[in-house]
Amino acid sequence: MAKITFDGIEIEVPDGTTILNAARQIGGGIVPPAMCYYTPLKGSGGKCRACLVKVSAGSAKDPRPMPKLVASCITTVQDGMVVENTINEQVMDVRKGIVEMLLINHPLDCPVCDQAGECSLQDFAFEHGLSTTRYEEERRTFEKIDIGPLIQLHMTRCILCYRCVYVADQLTPERVHGVLGRGDASEIGTYIENIIDNDFSGNVIDVCPVGALTDKTFRFKQRVWFTKPVNAHRDCETDKCNGHVTLWYKGKDVLRVTARKDEYGEVKEWICNTCRFDKKETSDWTLEGPAHINRASVIAQNHYELPVVNPQVILDLPESTTRELERNPPLRLGGLNN
Amino acid sequence: MGRKLLTEHINVEGINTFEVYRKHGGYRSVEKALKTMTPDEVTEEVKKSGLRGRGGAGFPAGMKWGFLAKPEGVPRYLVCNADESEPGTFKDRQLMTKLPHLLIEGMITGSYALGARTSYIYIRGELLYVLRILEKAIAEAYAAGFLGENILGSGYSLDLHVHPGAGAYICGEETALLESLEGKRGNPRNKPPFPAVQGLYARPTVVNNVETIAAVPIIVNEGGDEYAKIGIGKSTGTKLISACGHLNKPGIYEIELGLPVEEFIYSDEYCGGIWKGRELKAVVAGGSSVPILPKELILKTAAGENRLMSYESLSDGGFITGTMLGSGGFIAMDETTCIVKNTWNFSRFYHHESCGQCSPCREGTGWLEKVLHRLEHGHGSMHDIDLIVSVAKQIEGNTICPLGEAAAWPVAAAVRHFRHEFEWHVTNPKEATVPGAVYRGAAVLA
Repeated sequence: MAKITFDGIEIEVPDGTTILNAARQIGGGIVPPAMCYYTPLKGSGGKCRACLVKVSAGSAKDPRPMPKLVASCITTVQDGMVVENTINEQVMDVRKGIVEMLLINHPLDCPVCDQAGECSLQDFAFEHGLSTTRYEEERRTFEKIDIGPLIQLHMTRCILCYRCVYVADQLTPERVHGVLGRGDASEIGTYIENIIDNDFSGNVIDVCPVGALTDKTFRFKQRVWFTKPVNAHRDCETDKCNGHVTLWYKGKDVLRVTARKDEYGEVKEWICNTCRFDKKETSDWTLEGPAHINRASVIAQNHYELPVVNPQVILDLPESTTRELERNPPLRLGGLNN
Repeated sequence: MGRKLLTEHINVEGINTFEVYRKHGGYRSVEKALKTMTPDEVTEEVKKSGLRGRGGAGFPAGMKWGFLAKPEGVPRYLVCNADESEPGTFKDRQLMTKLPHLLIEGMITGSYALGARTSYIYIRGELLYVLRILEKAIAEAYAAGFLGENILGSGYSLDLHVHPGAGAYICGEETALLESLEGKRGNPRNKPPFPAVQGLYARPTVVNNVETIAAVPIIVNEGGDEYAKIGIGKSTGTKLISACGHLNKPGIYEIELGLPVEEFIYSDEYCGGIWKGRELKAVVAGGSSVPILPKELILKTAAGENRLMSYESLSDGGFITGTMLGSGGFIAMDETTCIVKNTWNFSRFYHHESCGQCSPCREGTGWLEKVLHRLEHGHGSMHDIDLIVSVAKQIEGNTICPLGEAAAWPVAAAVRHFRHEFEWHVTNPKEATVPGAVYRGAAVLA
């Protein structure tokens, strides 16, 4: 175990934990933002530099400060380490700079982007960015690339976090897309036009922090904050998929299906394409109850984290579920108290 | 006349062949090390010599060797970084073309010291003809029993391979080089873990510059203490300087560290002064990524002392009034040089060579280039001058690898020392955009 001080708060975590994950155990506003790091994906992190923090004491043994800011997502804790994030002015300045860099070539097309409302870049920019830009040059644009009937790749929005590359490497038998080109001409692509087609390819949509990879079956259907997330499950026949998902309802229609994400947008259980794209009827699923929505999320603007018995939710749930609810006391809703 | 250690025999006819090289005392260090010294004793000599990495960072080579993890039963590697691509630097190419056996000798002795059984020379893709020279020399060394199984009957075996890159500057960064050598995209790795613990194929690895490795035979032959006597202070030994730009005699010079910069530029033994009888304006002393210095500051430090060609003297005054020895790419610019154009040109290079992995460098290098392009072409504003300094600051220190700094330093330094010139481009766009136009006012001293 290692004891570290993060923004003045002491916490003890197992050796080998990264600074970011230690901060997440504390939780709240002191957690550094992470645009490229994704806990379940091995090798991810270190690229976006959004999570840079100041290590003002390396360890109890060697209390010298680290000379440069370090990426908290890939730097592991040492016993006696002292880390400064929100309390350090330099860190906050650098973070502003990172937002600026990430945005100079971003199209800022949130009004027409499906990711808006659940976009890491949007949240990051809202929290740390400026409302003006110093960038006068033409922005980098790419042609949309067709990578099959289910997923839309819109490179112009991409921040090159490499998450989708890791997903393809680690979840699917064969990776057919990757990063092509160099510098600010880098792009995600398949080189020769190719379809990304395998049972788990849809997960690239969930890991994409921005709107670069979107679900073609959901495109332009609805703003996410007008939809209601409900956790559900089914017995999935696909190997390695256990069918635990979030259904996004508008009225009685399931508009899209995603994997369940935690408060940092990370998927713990990957789902297969059958669950994601083909099962869009309530009858396909066993409903568990409303999904937890972070109060800070834009989705919460229209859809607060609800007490389990909120009548509004019940109204919006499909009939079969409401009948079920009437039969069973509302407290049993949520799947936790069963 | 300074001592020549690396290039003593460089002009001997046929020195690139094994026979002639051997006749001139070649491969003595291999015999000495393998027959009379333990690997640790070789490392100890290198430590004593005070040899510092010649690739640019100037990190003590012996200390780097000492950091190498040596777990039982795990292979270790020595990798030679021959991906010389810093603008203004061309010493390694010459060394390998003329003296391929010196590098091979260094690789054998170094590999023995580190306990490596397989070693690699990673050479930049543009130098295919040098790769062929090296391969021929390696074949000769194999035939003579200096490579392969049981070298000189000592029981030590070594295989040496040459691997060409595909011409990316970033592959000169040691972890990007290792990625590339493994057959992957040449993206720098996050550190830690450092190569000394997890390098090539996740095994302990030392990556050294060509010139560093070429110095090892000399150190082993003469002894570390003897080597340390050459040079000045912590800058020991000799260094190859690639002198280019507006000099009477550009070329590669082996100097003893500690040579006054003034002597290096103006004496007939070295560069022979500025060409066409012109005045020196500025110098980039260590390859394009180090800060540019105006004449006044490259010849004398801010304190008025003579500036010497050494790691310490060149960095005297930090980045406010100093620079770095870097890789020894000495670019001299005469009074007709436009600093704005030059900075834009450097910036264009880094924009082109950024790997695009981390956001500050990927976006920032392009931004810098575009604003500098605007300034150079007379469309800039005063605000743009502060903007490039601020963008450079946002890149510096926040990236995965030093390419970010390499892109930021020249820009920041150019504005620091030649701000008037940038301002002149803004206030006199018509004059400034005439081909060959140069601001003739005085440089701004910090």
